[in-house]
Amino acid sequence: MPEAATTLVPAPGLRRIGGLSRPAFVLLVLGALTLISIVCFMVLGAKGSWSFVIPFRGRKLLALCLVAYSVAISTVLFQTVTNNRILTPSIMGFDALYVLLTTATVFFLGVGALTGIDPQLRFGIEIVAMVVFSGLLFRWLFLGEERNLTLLVLVGIVFGILFRSLSQFMQRMLDPNAFQVLQDSFFASFATVDTTLLFIASGVVVLVSLVAMRLAHTFDVLALGRSHAINLGIDYRRTVVIILMLVSVLVAVSTALVGPITFFGLLVATLAHSLVGNSRHCYVLPAAALLAITCLVGGQTILERIFAFDTALSIIIEFLGGIVFIILVLRRAAR
Amino acid sequence: MRMLSLAIAVTIALAIVSLFIGVSNISLLGLLSASPEERPMQVLLISRIPRTLAIILSGSAMAVAGLVMQMIVRNRFVEPSTAGTTESASLGFLVATLVVPGWPLMGKMLIAAGFALAGTALFLRILRAVPLRDVMLVPLVGIMLGGIVGAVASFIAYRFELLPSLLAWNMGDFSGILRGRYELLWIGFGCAVLAYIAADRFTVAGMGRDFTTNLGLNYQRVMVLGLVIVSLVSATVLVTAGSIPFLGLIIPNLVSLMVGDNMRRTVPWVVVMGAGFVLACDVLGRIIRFPYEIPISVVVGVIGSAVFLYLLLRTRRHA
Repeated sequence: MPEAATTLVPAPGLRRIGGLSRPAFVLLVLGALTLISIVCFMVLGAKGSWSFVIPFRGRKLLALCLVAYSVAISTVLFQTVTNNRILTPSIMGFDALYVLLTTATVFFLGVGALTGIDPQLRFGIEIVAMVVFSGLLFRWLFLGEERNLTLLVLVGIVFGILFRSLSQFMQRMLDPNAFQVLQDSFFASFATVDTTLLFIASGVVVLVSLVAMRLAHTFDVLALGRSHAINLGIDYRRTVVIILMLVSVLVAVSTALVGPITFFGLLVATLAHSLVGNSRHCYVLPAAALLAITCLVGGQTILERIFAFDTALSIIIEFLGGIVFIILVLRRAAR
Repeated sequence: MRMLSLAIAVTIALAIVSLFIGVSNISLLGLLSASPEERPMQVLLISRIPRTLAIILSGSAMAVAGLVMQMIVRNRFVEPSTAGTTESASLGFLVATLVVPGWPLMGKMLIAAGFALAGTALFLRILRAVPLRDVMLVPLVGIMLGGIVGAVASFIAYRFELLPSLLAWNMGDFSGILRGRYELLWIGFGCAVLAYIAADRFTVAGMGRDFTTNLGLNYQRVMVLGLVIVSLVSATVLVTAGSIPFLGLIIPNLVSLMVGDNMRRTVPWVVVMGAGFVLACDVLGRIIRFPYEIPISVVVGVIGSAVFLYLLLRTRRHA
């Protein structure tokens, strides 16, 4: 499937804007936007003493940034590895898998697991389980023969539905209290981010980023497709498996913090690719991350402070993302 | 024919089992000895029989709706929940609840059916806009369209603080069915009968537009009839029980594996298997965590998505 690979533009700096190459210009603008939205998030509508407001909003801001970063990086890397621009981890049911694993923990270990065990430890266990299960699933889906992309997407979506139904099933088997606790944590909401896991989540994200950085030189090559990558001397199997593991850890982080959001990754990755104009990861990855932070922090600020809709952002993202997805799929089919 | 009678017998047995499961204990002996005014008889008449009827009616109607849809779209993987129909119906019901709260359920159901019709027509319009070489693309676009319509519905529901009701409609559940609350389903069942009467037309339409026209049938009219049937069924089931995912997908596919694609022959099978499947799932949902219940949409969702996955991956091996 060479279609995603063909966009390696030979000279990304051809179109210069104000003395900068286009990607650099885009990054600069996005950086500025990110800064503006962060400042607005922290300052707008703040009443009361700063010594309360700053740590309170700061924790929320950090959580949102972690989510945005995880979603953006995991989506771009996932698209690189699977060599397409339509699939994303959440479309493939990754976050539903995380929800299922969390539910299963409570189901099999009792509600004590939810309240008794240290949440950080529980999160660690869940991440390990997530890596193992998604590893198995994606080994089976991606490392076999080359498969039809549409079938993969559909299978992923149906897996997502299966995971969701199974978790609902288990949730119904729990006693009503545990059910309530779980139910609340799985409704995607950016207004009520879970901040108990901030510390471990930041640690995990930093760790993942370090590993990803060591692999950074392979990203552009992997984007050329399996056979080219192997030809150019990449240990394909090993690299892909490691990257998919990193992706599942990042998905676990974002789902644990805000709950499942299907289309956010697709939205930012698609936008980042089209804004940057080429597929070099040294531009696309930061662009996607900055875009994601701008969308989440800025969007949340606008909705919360200006329109007073606090939980609507996830709904709006699903709406826009769904439209982008249909357009992408249809454009691909029309070709 | 013998196989079909066997299937009917199993379904009837399941229906009888369904009548006697519940918190309030009813035994045959108790029923016979008690007078009609006493408790067991009342429970049976007001709660159990309506519930069982509702399950049979909605199960068979949804399965037939799926079959009709697969015929007119000419794709094995569509059904109301993979074509945006269910979500459009629930958007319509939401709008009806907000705009005309005083209307009887029948009126709201018709509005929901109108939205379902529009949503499905939009789906068909999108499909016509692109040449689809890929069978899998059709349900994919449908599921996504459903997601978009669903997001619009949740936004409206969020604004007017109706999110819990929306969640309740999307979660199919027969536990709230009582006498007087399920009769709309007869309309859905009537649609299934209509589909049986028009079965040959749908079979022909399933062969394609040119073929249909060649045989002297008005293709457009068959399509519209099919769309109306599907929308009415989805809307009636949605407003009485809530949505039941994948039912219309797996039953017709299983039947087609067993008896082929002539709709005149498959409709009775689809009706019986649809009713039997939902009965079995409902009985399962009621006994697995007795005395609590697991909603039907959860049970069907688990089984249905697993069967759907099997169907998808099976096609690949054959293709």
